Amino acid sequence: MNLTLKIWRQKGPEDKGKLVDYKVNDISEHMSFLEMMDVLNEQLIEQGDEPVAFDHDCREGICGMCSMYINGEAHGPDRGVTTCQLHMRMFNDGDTIYIEPFRAAAFPVIKDLVVDRTAFERIQQAGGYISVNTSGNTQDANAIPISKHAADEAMDAATCIGCGACVATCKNSSAMLFVGAKVSQYALLPQGQVEAADRVRNMVAQMDLEGFGNCTNTGACEIECPKGISLENIARMNREFLSASFIDS
Amino acid sequence: MSVLDSKVPKGPIKDKWTTYKDKINLVNPANKRNIDVIVVGTGLAGGSAAATLAELGYNVKAFAYQDSPRRAHSIAAQGGINAAKNYQGDGDSTYRLFYDTVKGGDYRSREANVYRLAEVSANIIDQCVAQGVPFARDYGGLLDNRSFGGVLVSRTFYAKGQTGQQLLLGAYSAMNRQIARGKIQMYNRHEMLDVVKIDGKARGIIARNLITGEIERHSAHAVVIASGGYGNVYFLSTNAMGSNATAAWKIHKKGAFFANPCYTQIHPTCIPRSGDYQSKLTLMSESLRNDGRIWVPKNIKDAKAIQQGKLKPTQIAEEDRDYYLERRYPAFGNLVPRDVASRAAKERCDAGYGVNATGEAVYLDFASAIQRYGKEQAKIHGIKNPSKEKITELGEAIVEAKYGNLFQMYEKIVDENPYKTPMMIYPATHYTMGGVWVDYNLMTTVKGLYCIGEANFSDHGANRLGASALMQGLADGYFVLPYTIGDYLADEIRTGAIATDTKEFEEVESEVKERINFFINNKGSKSVDYFHKRLGKIMWDKVGMSRNEKGLKEAMAEIKALREEFWKEVKVPGKAEEMNPELEKAGRVADFLELGELFAKDALMREESCGGHFREESVELEGEQKGEAKRNDKEFAFVAAWEYKGEPADAVLHKEALEFNDIELKQRSYK
Amino acid sequence: MSGFLKSSIGRKVAMALSAFFLMFFLIIHLAVNITSIFSEDLFNKLSHFMGTNPLVQFALQPVLIFGVVFHFVMGFVLELRNRKAIGVSYAKNNGAANSSWMSRNMIYSGLVILAFLVLHFIDFWIPEINVKYIQGDMSGLVEETQDFRYYEELQHKFLSPLRVGAYVISFVLLALHLLHGFTSAFQSMGATAGRKKAMQTFGKIYAIAIPLGFIIVAVWHHFNHH
Repeated sequence: MNLTLKIWRQKGPEDKGKLVDYKVNDISEHMSFLEMMDVLNEQLIEQGDEPVAFDHDCREGICGMCSMYINGEAHGPDRGVTTCQLHMRMFNDGDTIYIEPFRAAAFPVIKDLVVDRTAFERIQQAGGYISVNTSGNTQDANAIPISKHAADEAMDAATCIGCGACVATCKNSSAMLFVGAKVSQYALLPQGQVEAADRVRNMVAQMDLEGFGNCTNTGACEIECPKGISLENIARMNREFLSASFIDS
Repeated sequence: MSVLDSKVPKGPIKDKWTTYKDKINLVNPANKRNIDVIVVGTGLAGGSAAATLAELGYNVKAFAYQDSPRRAHSIAAQGGINAAKNYQGDGDSTYRLFYDTVKGGDYRSREANVYRLAEVSANIIDQCVAQGVPFARDYGGLLDNRSFGGVLVSRTFYAKGQTGQQLLLGAYSAMNRQIARGKIQMYNRHEMLDVVKIDGKARGIIARNLITGEIERHSAHAVVIASGGYGNVYFLSTNAMGSNATAAWKIHKKGAFFANPCYTQIHPTCIPRSGDYQSKLTLMSESLRNDGRIWVPKNIKDAKAIQQGKLKPTQIAEEDRDYYLERRYPAFGNLVPRDVASRAAKERCDAGYGVNATGEAVYLDFASAIQRYGKEQAKIHGIKNPSKEKITELGEAIVEAKYGNLFQMYEKIVDENPYKTPMMIYPATHYTMGGVWVDYNLMTTVKGLYCIGEANFSDHGANRLGASALMQGLADGYFVLPYTIGDYLADEIRTGAIATDTKEFEEVESEVKERINFFINNKGSKSVDYFHKRLGKIMWDKVGMSRNEKGLKEAMAEIKALREEFWKEVKVPGKAEEMNPELEKAGRVADFLELGELFAKDALMREESCGGHFREESVELEGEQKGEAKRNDKEFAFVAAWEYKGEPADAVLHKEALEFNDIELKQRSYK
Repeated sequence: MSGFLKSSIGRKVAMALSAFFLMFFLIIHLAVNITSIFSEDLFNKLSHFMGTNPLVQFALQPVLIFGVVFHFVMGFVLELRNRKAIGVSYAKNNGAANSSWMSRNMIYSGLVILAFLVLHFIDFWIPEINVKYIQGDMSGLVEETQDFRYYEELQHKFLSPLRVGAYVISFVLLALHLLHGFTSAFQSMGATAGRKKAMQTFGKIYAIAIPLGFIIVAVWHHFNHH
């Protein structure tokens, strides 16, 4: 198939940037979206132009590195996939495809489609851990039974890949699904409950400091999340935050 | 006497590690504050090492080429992690895990290291649970296990199909805690481009800031390389696009010996390539072979028709199908080990029986499993004379419950419904057992330079067991290196901060800059990928699943010629002082073009078949095992550690003899 | 507790609490209005009670006004902060693919409701304040007939088709606002998944029934004027 691509090009953080039109021909429907981008880049290199910079790594939907806002949706029109798992069969011959970076004031563009997501790192550093040192004498793994239900729910929250699609999708650029998932994972496990109040307070404070917007419960993040992280995690974070603010302070 | 000293402690294998730890030199807490350690790579090994070293009080500088440590490719491991916990009471023990790992590695690993690995495996699970890793649990709330890779006990802990992700996020959370405390300085989007040695000791690295292009000097009292494997030398592999051998190769060029590069694991159940644009291969869990039957058409005419799209697999009659694994290995059938299954698929496809347009795919068929489960279910539900449709419906439900996520993934990628038409699979490079040579302390042949995780060579021998890569990465990072590095650093407490404005740093930095400038200024005509793909093809065709002398010699010559062409013709757009992904790739491919040749040289030297390394000249000539891999313990029970001497072809071989005092060497048989 | 109202979640919670209060008020308000269809007398009595009872007038009314003002001010504050958080907008954004129109346009439905409130205040509340506290007539009676004036005034207001039209449009927007707002408020307070389904159903019923009730009252009086 032949396609017209409207791709955001921006030389660096200070550059204003603009959408530039490109044409790619003979794209196989079996290609992944990023393989289509590879074809474009090879074409650009051949022509002596600069290839489009975009983040990608594992190309199997787990590392969370790839981003891209494709035709108005984070990771494109398919559900439950990252951009690297999006296949060209989702598009038709002659289509025009908009390709933009993930947008949020807290995710500044580094170059072209590459954005800086280190705000997520700082939120995690504010409390996304259990304070336990490494030692060969930690208590036995089976010392505290954890109900299968809680363990499974914690696992569902923990499958977040930190890609930032929730922020990119949210009309308010809110990071609450991401933060909620991490808060939930630990809140659901007995190991995480000891410092639960401090954790949620600190992570939310850092999230606010980074300039993410406020959740208005549109639910768009849950739909666009490639891992299907549930809104329930935001509700749980809200509860945790409330109890941390009024009960445990 | 070899120049290699493995420093394996004396004494019975069961006591080696404990006794050694008791006598090792320690650094007192006040002094740790004055000691810097660089960790390159933040996967399971690097991440866990960085966190633990920081907890101990060292100042850690950690480097990752991605924008976060959480994105390291350990995250993609699906299956699980082995540990000798014996929670299932099925007779597992440290010794059994040790035994299985050594046997699985086809007796080419270092016994003492493997025993230590098995010993600390149980601690890993305790540690991870304490960190909040949500392992699968049973209804009683205790940890669940499954059996993996054909071993006799259930010792694999798992978190759905995302065990690697959860373990990495555990290590990442431990890192975050230390980053917040200021004990780890995290350098995201930085790539190590060389190591700096002062007076024979590793004292720092030169790294490139991948956002600004700035070349930076970083000093430390010890350097730890945890940069993963070199599977991307094949271009197509299950590795991440950015996975590279640069850190490992650069230290090799600075004096670290590189061991057993030819030991590569080719995983049999990957989704086949669909065209030349393919950028990577996706692995599907090997558990699929528990129920899927592997076949190709019996008649070449049918195979051709399928390749041309004129025939569908479902149209081929039962008697016209060749279930070649069941035919060749009646005892193990479709469950033969990874290397055997991979080679058998290649053999059929090379003979022209491949089943997709590229001719490089075989069928993995669930039709008979669906029927079998369907009939079983009909019986259980008391359905008399069930219709064929009903049986299929019931059977599909069972298959979906077991493999639903994998089937879904397959359908997303291939756009075919694997419930209705057989899946297509083909082997792909998955893991590299070879790597930088290290002693019992995990120190390379360069003082103060350590190598852990997949990047080193020590624990998996010639072939890695399922669910043991995660175990090794975390064992090295959480429980081994943090002890053993103290032994070296105990002598560094009086060294003081290491300056970076010395001639040694300057020299290495200018080498690095020179190379970058070469790429930017070279007026070539071909992209980096063009060379990488060609290298991959040579490697796959001649240094792939089965190797012979003629092919390996050709490969060495072809890689050398390709390398020369690369340095003339490579074209790198953009500038050095900016984010430039093509420039990053160019440096990595330049290193692969050297490593590939050493890889072939090692394979050529090793005139035996063992584990992932299959030499066509070394097969059983008669008897039941006729045509199968033949190991040569008399002549090749050694680690091949290569010393860099300029060109890869000139590398000098050093042998570390492997002694097995606690295990009897046996030939594998799956007939 | 310190800084709770400065935190993002704290503000969400405050927004939700004020919403609960307003939603509760809507029920009371509608209950009073509905009586006007069935019984002029009852409506007048209730209106007089509400308009003159000191507890309602000096305790509940200020709280209500505070609730309204707070909900609007906080809504604008959050909207501004959220706009700032977006930075650069997308050239192409397909919001309809993942969220409802209502959820994405709360600020606009809210603005329409605000405009309605202004009209409503001019229509009812300001005259009331004028009569009761400026002119000091707390009797609630029409001078000539010595009947309660509330029902008469109500009927009079809904004479104009324009005003009725404005009311209907405003209440449709209120319905849209509530269709998202109701469950959103519960979600903000941390309501759990187990109760979510029932809550959503109840939310839908509430969001449609309440504004519909107001519309019926307005339309009924427009066509049943005597």
